[in-house]
Amino acid sequence: MWDWIKIVALGLITLFAALAANWARDLAYQVHALIVMAVSAGLFIWTVRTAGDPKGPAPTGYMDGVIRYGVVATAFWGLAGFLVGTFIAFQLAFPALNFEFLQGYGNFGRLRPLHTSAVIFAFGGNALIATSFYIVQRTSAARLWGGNLAWFVFWGYNLFIVLAATGYLMGATQSKEYAEPEWYVDLWLTIVWVAYLLVFLGTIIKRKEPHIYVANWFFLSFIVTVAMLHVVNNLSLPVSIFGSRSVQLFAGVQDAMTQWWYGHNAVGFFLTAGFLGMMYYFVPKQAGKPVFSYKLSIIHFWALIFLYIWAGPHHLHYTALPDWASTLGMVFSVVLWMPSWGGMINGLMTLSGAWDKIRTDPIIRMMVISLGFYGMSTFEGPMMSIRAVNSLSHYTDWTIGHVHSGALGWNGMITFAALYFLTPKLWNRASLYSLRLVNWHFWLATIGIILYAASMWVTGIMEGLMWREVDAQGFLVNSFADTVAAKFPMYVVRGLGGTLYLTGAIIMCYNLWMTAFGKNQPAAVATPAE
Amino acid sequence: MSKKPEKKEVGTTGHSWDGIEELNNPLPRWWVWIFYITIVWGIWYTIAYPAWPLLKGATEGYLGYSTRAEVAADIAAVDAKNADLVGRLEAADLNALSGDAELYQFAINGGRAVFAANCSQCHGSGAAGAKGYPNLLDNDWLWGGMIEDIAFTVTNGIRNEHSPDARWTEMPAFGELLSKEEIAAVVEHVRAISGQEADAALAAAGETVYLDNCAACHGDVGEGLRDMGAPTLNDAIWLYGGDVATLTETVTNARFGVMPAWSDAYHPAGGLSAAEINAVAAYVHQLGGGE
Repeated sequence: MWDWIKIVALGLITLFAALAANWARDLAYQVHALIVMAVSAGLFIWTVRTAGDPKGPAPTGYMDGVIRYGVVATAFWGLAGFLVGTFIAFQLAFPALNFEFLQGYGNFGRLRPLHTSAVIFAFGGNALIATSFYIVQRTSAARLWGGNLAWFVFWGYNLFIVLAATGYLMGATQSKEYAEPEWYVDLWLTIVWVAYLLVFLGTIIKRKEPHIYVANWFFLSFIVTVAMLHVVNNLSLPVSIFGSRSVQLFAGVQDAMTQWWYGHNAVGFFLTAGFLGMMYYFVPKQAGKPVFSYKLSIIHFWALIFLYIWAGPHHLHYTALPDWASTLGMVFSVVLWMPSWGGMINGLMTLSGAWDKIRTDPIIRMMVISLGFYGMSTFEGPMMSIRAVNSLSHYTDWTIGHVHSGALGWNGMITFAALYFLTPKLWNRASLYSLRLVNWHFWLATIGIILYAASMWVTGIMEGLMWREVDAQGFLVNSFADTVAAKFPMYVVRGLGGTLYLTGAIIMCYNLWMTAFGKNQPAAVATPAE
Repeated sequence: MSKKPEKKEVGTTGHSWDGIEELNNPLPRWWVWIFYITIVWGIWYTIAYPAWPLLKGATEGYLGYSTRAEVAADIAAVDAKNADLVGRLEAADLNALSGDAELYQFAINGGRAVFAANCSQCHGSGAAGAKGYPNLLDNDWLWGGMIEDIAFTVTNGIRNEHSPDARWTEMPAFGELLSKEEIAAVVEHVRAISGQEADAALAAAGETVYLDNCAACHGDVGEGLRDMGAPTLNDAIWLYGGDVATLTETVTNARFGVMPAWSDAYHPAGGLSAAEINAVAAYVHQLGGGE
């Protein structure tokens, strides 16, 4: 019966997608309709061929297949995102790299959202989904709820990424930073995200442990809040059901405020809360130590999620936003400082007593530097939200440096550590292919981040000072082009930093590949199920 | 923080997830205190500054601070300080400007800022120009290099629809008037009079074409004519380029360079005031080629 419903639904989707492709009003919509048609036609055929096959007994044990796919997807999208990022860094340094033949598809304006979405949503998002599936099963001692729904979440999310990424290249964008995908892609993500919430919540509900582990609090707050942010910020009316354009519900400063409420909490809940969930599992596991303080995890969790949601207006200091909103955004950002640091303290103090492992275990080292960058950027953020500091830093490369010290340092490093932790376990290997290569990755990535962050601090503060420089009579001293010319050397340094970071990631992928699929990797000794 | 917790037997909470346990450590005191301090500071700050939304409007804060009032006060202070100089600059006799050292220096400083913000996009931040946008550092002027000529050009612009006094002449597209052979010949002639390598036979043939079609504006020997904004052709300075291909393109299709009328009489929101125009004219005039 269920097979028949699936066959009918997939057939209808295929048909509608074919009609939509035929009547499409723009290229992006047409290509997307064709992609949807191909995917649903493939599923249709597969469902028809397997309909009525005898179902085996319901599988037991942890559901790790989807996590293995998630690990591969994380590594793949990481490479893609870092590559595009490095390329656009050089496009900024050498504008000639906006080649004539790339115009309209591969110029900076089209590639920039491709980079940000690839690293945040494709790399970060796949890492979050894979690790949350892994962690929630282990810490709940329960198989993922919902059967194949977890597979739907994985493939559905990656279809969202493909639609978003190809849409940017063909010009389908709402022009809202980190919320660029157009209305139908947003709708699809909403469906996938609700399925994700169901799988995660269902697994927690049927857990066999009496309490919910702290990592799962963070994951749950991330999933719930991102759903709310995504829906509210993307409220829009399509111009045509057969076209990618849409009109936003909010206008003017209300739209700006909604956008940065979303944008800031995408950082807060996607890149902070979600990744703290990762940290709270992998750090104690890798160190073999208990979590430093249960109390601290409770207090900083609730303080963090209560305060973060109000901090968005600091993105709009000195704009059309009323002063009162700007003040509140700034105050909540500064008060957020300690709750953010709670996670760092808990992580670092968990490692206390295991400090010797920094010398011997490059994965621990990655976790330490990740927490270090987390602490640094969660101090830098509140500082930059102070109006007086913001008047210098806003619109400069300092912001870009801030984001990347958090993204490359905190999110990137903790994800790499998680991938190194997961791969031998998921593919049943005794160990990683090479710890030496992990070491190489660690140093390349660390030096890359330092080059990136330092060059952006220098160039950001420099251009901020140049923009505001006035002579004794109150006349501006520099033209905008003067500041662009002055930044050139630092842009080259930034590009080199990105190249090092990318090289490290390539080494990681080789190492993970050899671990999982290399011929001579010894299998892990079977451990009895817990 | 890095001090090892002296082994004072902190117990665990008794929970265990996949082998992970949690210690019952208290909150670090410094963490709690800084958290408290930021909260107290935050409460004070929201009382001192505009912060809490009400049904209508928001609390204004006892310091009476406002970002807009602050920037308006900064601008007003500078305006008040410069009011005398701005007034004098607005009414100044431009030809006598350099005689008043204080005012002249003010005009140059202000003009540099106006140029950087408004003119550098086309003429370059060093005013060296680009293809189609004249170099302002040399003494080769299309419409005149007296300081008043420059001020007039800035005020009214060139070939725009906004100012009725815009400088306006149009070179015909000779592709519709001359044959390909004639154009090739006249191009060689122009190259010859500008001192470039040229085919002598063609150039000689081109001279007749030149005298019949071009000399009225560009002069018999290519000396140019400022009343028509017609560039000098017998020097090495080119607005679009002096190579054969570019010259052929210019003669065939003509050129139509446009400059906006910068006066706020024509662009009330973003135009330049009379004082600013005088300032930028003085600045450009002293870059090297002023007459």
